[in-house]
Amino acid sequence: MLSPSLVLLAIFVYGFIGRTVYLSLTDWGRQMALALHPTIHFVGLDNYRELFTGFLDVRFRQDLVNMLYFTLLFVGASLSLGLALAILIDQQVRGEAIFRTIFLFPMSLSLVVTGTMWRWVLQPRGGVNVLPAMIGREPWTFLWLSSRSQYLRFDWQHLPRYLGVGIAIALALVASVGLRRRRRLGPALAGVAAGATLGWALFGPGSHVKLLPFPELHGFNDALIGVVLAATWQMAGYTMALYLAGLRGVPSELREAARVDGASELQVYRYVDLPLLKPITLSALIILGHIALKIFDLVFAMAGPDNAPTSVPAISMYLTTFRGNQLAKGASIAVILLIMVSVLIIPYLVNAFRSRRAELG
Amino acid sequence: MKKVRPGRLLIYAALVMLAAVYLVPVYMTVITSLKAPEAIQLASAWLPPDRPHWQSYATAWDQFAPKLKNSLLLAVTATLLSAALGSLNGYVLSKWTFRGAGVIFPLMVFGMFIPYQSILIPLFQFLRNINLYGGLPGLILVHVVYGLPITTLLFRNFYAEIPDELVSSASIDGGDFFRIYRWIMLPLSGPAFVVVAIWQFTQIWNEFLFAVTLTRPDAQPVTVALANLAGGQAVYWNLPTAGSILAALPTVLVYILLGRFFMRGLLAGALKG
Repeated sequence: MLSPSLVLLAIFVYGFIGRTVYLSLTDWGRQMALALHPTIHFVGLDNYRELFTGFLDVRFRQDLVNMLYFTLLFVGASLSLGLALAILIDQQVRGEAIFRTIFLFPMSLSLVVTGTMWRWVLQPRGGVNVLPAMIGREPWTFLWLSSRSQYLRFDWQHLPRYLGVGIAIALALVASVGLRRRRRLGPALAGVAAGATLGWALFGPGSHVKLLPFPELHGFNDALIGVVLAATWQMAGYTMALYLAGLRGVPSELREAARVDGASELQVYRYVDLPLLKPITLSALIILGHIALKIFDLVFAMAGPDNAPTSVPAISMYLTTFRGNQLAKGASIAVILLIMVSVLIIPYLVNAFRSRRAELG
Repeated sequence: MKKVRPGRLLIYAALVMLAAVYLVPVYMTVITSLKAPEAIQLASAWLPPDRPHWQSYATAWDQFAPKLKNSLLLAVTATLLSAALGSLNGYVLSKWTFRGAGVIFPLMVFGMFIPYQSILIPLFQFLRNINLYGGLPGLILVHVVYGLPITTLLFRNFYAEIPDELVSSASIDGGDFFRIYRWIMLPLSGPAFVVVAIWQFTQIWNEFLFAVTLTRPDAQPVTVALANLAGGQAVYWNLPTAGSILAALPTVLVYILLGRFFMRGLLAGALKG
């Protein structure tokens, strides 16, 4: 009885992913991609090289940077606001159900509705910006969704160098964790590798590698703040629900014992509840993270697909494929998205299923 | 007597303030939808209208009625089909052991997390090849298939809590695969069907990427219509705001009336259990 579903999923998920990967390695020539029988040439990784180093794909590179900043900000904001809401609601407040309903209801809206509502709230010359005028001050002039000022800029040209330094830092962290666990060989290897990578990036050949023949600055776009606000508004309730379920699951004896030992309310949270909530934080991080990486509807409805300052790879995939008719290049953006999501999801899934099997047997 | 903690006041103040901030977009949307187009001025955006002006709802309804019908048809049909299939899958995966079961499930769950962009192009080509591109049946098929992982997961977790002895004793009594499903599992499945149906209905009603890439205008669901309405420049905002309320109403009502079940679907999405 399972097999029809399995066949469907095998084709629609894995088969189609395979096909997308294949398409991303091809070139459809100058013909219309929508032609009935396009001639397809295999070109290897050309599309990817174009995306990362091509003259025309500067927007995609900014999209990637936007996506990373958006993910960090949105996940951070949703986690902290969600935790704060859960702790507040957990204080046996009156009208708990009403508060819970208010904080969670945006989850039942479509991102298109959320986007439409927030687009109106963040109108440059209305909404939030006219609030100061209500008390007789000058209205703000912040361009919520279309500002073009950037912060934390870096030069794309030097990306290999930055990546090298990043990998070196990660390896050093691995080494220090290993040392703390009193192992020898692992940390030593990681330390040597970290040193070698750092040397390669700063003084070795890595310092000469240039992705682009010209400097190209990318940074955090101001305009993303509005999108982060709307996304957090929609999803913080989800984190709250997760944390609330977790807090309710903490045995009251544990808390009582801590109180008897003289812990203050704050200390009870810090030393009893928070450590027990760690797995929930990890789940929320993964779920919110993968939602952030593929965010599409919200940006589409809030700022429009053509608004470069708030664009993300999911938007350029749509534009490239369905407006630009460049199916192969659209496919390669899709594969990049898939890789990013998989890097986040697969270790989590493997871990979840491994621990479940351990529990069972 | 119980000690009065001054902290309580602070907690309530924080909650009330946060709730007020949370309701701001809703407030703005509602008052704007009740203003006459010429009364919408950015400077007075926060003030309610002198007198509610209901015309925008009538206009939005005229534009949205066919799209709402599409959404309803799509969401109801796809929800029922994927719940039926998910229930069977969940039953098999939770009560029958066979080789490879341990691998199948994680591979299935992965399908829940993939970005739909990574299958969109072949899907688009496939639907065109079988002449289902652009219409509602194609979109229903897509939602049923990609709904399978979550519906299977929800049902599997639900059935896992039904004692195995019930199934094994029934199979000793000569109950076969389908009979056990029909006479033991199905009668117990009510709550699971409600959770799955509510979750899937909300998700499918709200979905956008498939809707915007795989439908022609006559089969568009309401999300696409709303994005088109709000997307233009210099629009009168009474219409998009009234439209978003129309588009949001079904799922918000479901949430408010059946919130408990909605929550369960939500928590299951985090893959616990």
